[in-house]
Amino acid sequence: MRQSRTVELSAGMFVLLGFAALWFLVTQITNREAEVGSGSYQLVAKYENIGSLKVGAPVSMAGVTVGRVDAISFDQTIYKAVVKLRINPEFDRIPDDSDASIMTAGLLGGQYIGVTAGGSDVFLQNGGQFTLVQDAFVLEKLINQLAATFLSKKDESGDGSESTEPAAK
Amino acid sequence: MMTLIKDLFANAQNFVANAGAVALFFARIVTQIPVALLRPRLIIRQIHNAGGMSLIIIMTSALVVGMAMGLQLYDVLARFGSSESLGTGAGLALLKELGPVLTALLFAGRAGTALTSEIGLMKATDQLAAMEMMAIDSVRYVIVPRFLGGVIAMPLLTAVFIMISLFGVQLVGVQQLGVDQGTFWSQLRGSVEMENVQEAIVKGFVFGVASTLIAVHEGFRCVPTAEGVGRATTRAVVNSAVLVLILDYMLTAVFF
Repeated sequence: MRQSRTVELSAGMFVLLGFAALWFLVTQITNREAEVGSGSYQLVAKYENIGSLKVGAPVSMAGVTVGRVDAISFDQTIYKAVVKLRINPEFDRIPDDSDASIMTAGLLGGQYIGVTAGGSDVFLQNGGQFTLVQDAFVLEKLINQLAATFLSKKDESGDGSESTEPAAK
Repeated sequence: MMTLIKDLFANAQNFVANAGAVALFFARIVTQIPVALLRPRLIIRQIHNAGGMSLIIIMTSALVVGMAMGLQLYDVLARFGSSESLGTGAGLALLKELGPVLTALLFAGRAGTALTSEIGLMKATDQLAAMEMMAIDSVRYVIVPRFLGGVIAMPLLTAVFIMISLFGVQLVGVQQLGVDQGTFWSQLRGSVEMENVQEAIVKGFVFGVASTLIAVHEGFRCVPTAEGVGRATTRAVVNSAVLVLILDYMLTAVFF
């Protein structure tokens, strides 16, 4: 009997240790911000181009994460990307003239939605839509624009070396 | 040439028959699980045997693996000037791949062999036959509790392994090589998602089922001699190691 009691105790200790480890993995090292609390509400923003924005990307105001991108779909009637945002319930004072832009974290980091508060006294409700939006910043476009301006300036200054000119778009 | 082809054919036939035998045995175990659950003490004892007794080897290996990984990853990441990502790299590598696989291999070596040789010896000393004589289902009272013990223990061992390994990585990376403590943990938290932990636990569970099943099956059907038990033990380790690695590829593809 004594023997089996020891076995049970040590089995119990093992199981407890295992669950403690599991609890540690689940609560301490996972990205808890990804979960938006219950009672959250939904906002909509429509973009011409969302770049590489992904479902689950953060929605931040002044750098603080206030919600997550909930769903991304494409509206064929207006040819725009419809992004649904899930906002934490405690952030319920977003003015209805706020601006929702798609930004890039770091130079080549992941994309997120940055909301800049407007000045209106009317706040966005569940299902509300951002009227002011700014599309994703696409690096290739910028490079092309820069290349174009650079080359046209070169032409104006009368530099004759046309041989290195790439096909400008 | 003819004998070669014949051998090849016989081997293939053996392989298929073996797979079928394991599958049938698994079905037999599953049907007995509800009855076996009525005797939790038998299962608790096997959790102790499979889990508690493997804890020391798992924890020691985990710490050393973590420390080695800290050194290796730091070296690679420092070449790209991103040694702060040590937490990300280590956490994802451990959860998604190294933790479950290494735990399963160690588990097959420590707990699997113990199961095979124990059951094999029971068979060699006619204990299983004696049970049959008394109309006691040996699968129900010998095999199923051991199987359940292993299956319950493996995911928990995996979690312990990953936790201790992360501690080892942190020990080398933060304490010795000077990665910032806060950066280490925030990088880790920033990139590990719930589904990575799920992957680790699902893998741990599946590997637990696979290696325990092979271990009890090899013990149950071994040739009841000293040599036969020895061979069955070897086969159990080799087969479960290979099966775990194959399953690992499949599960990784599923979670990709």
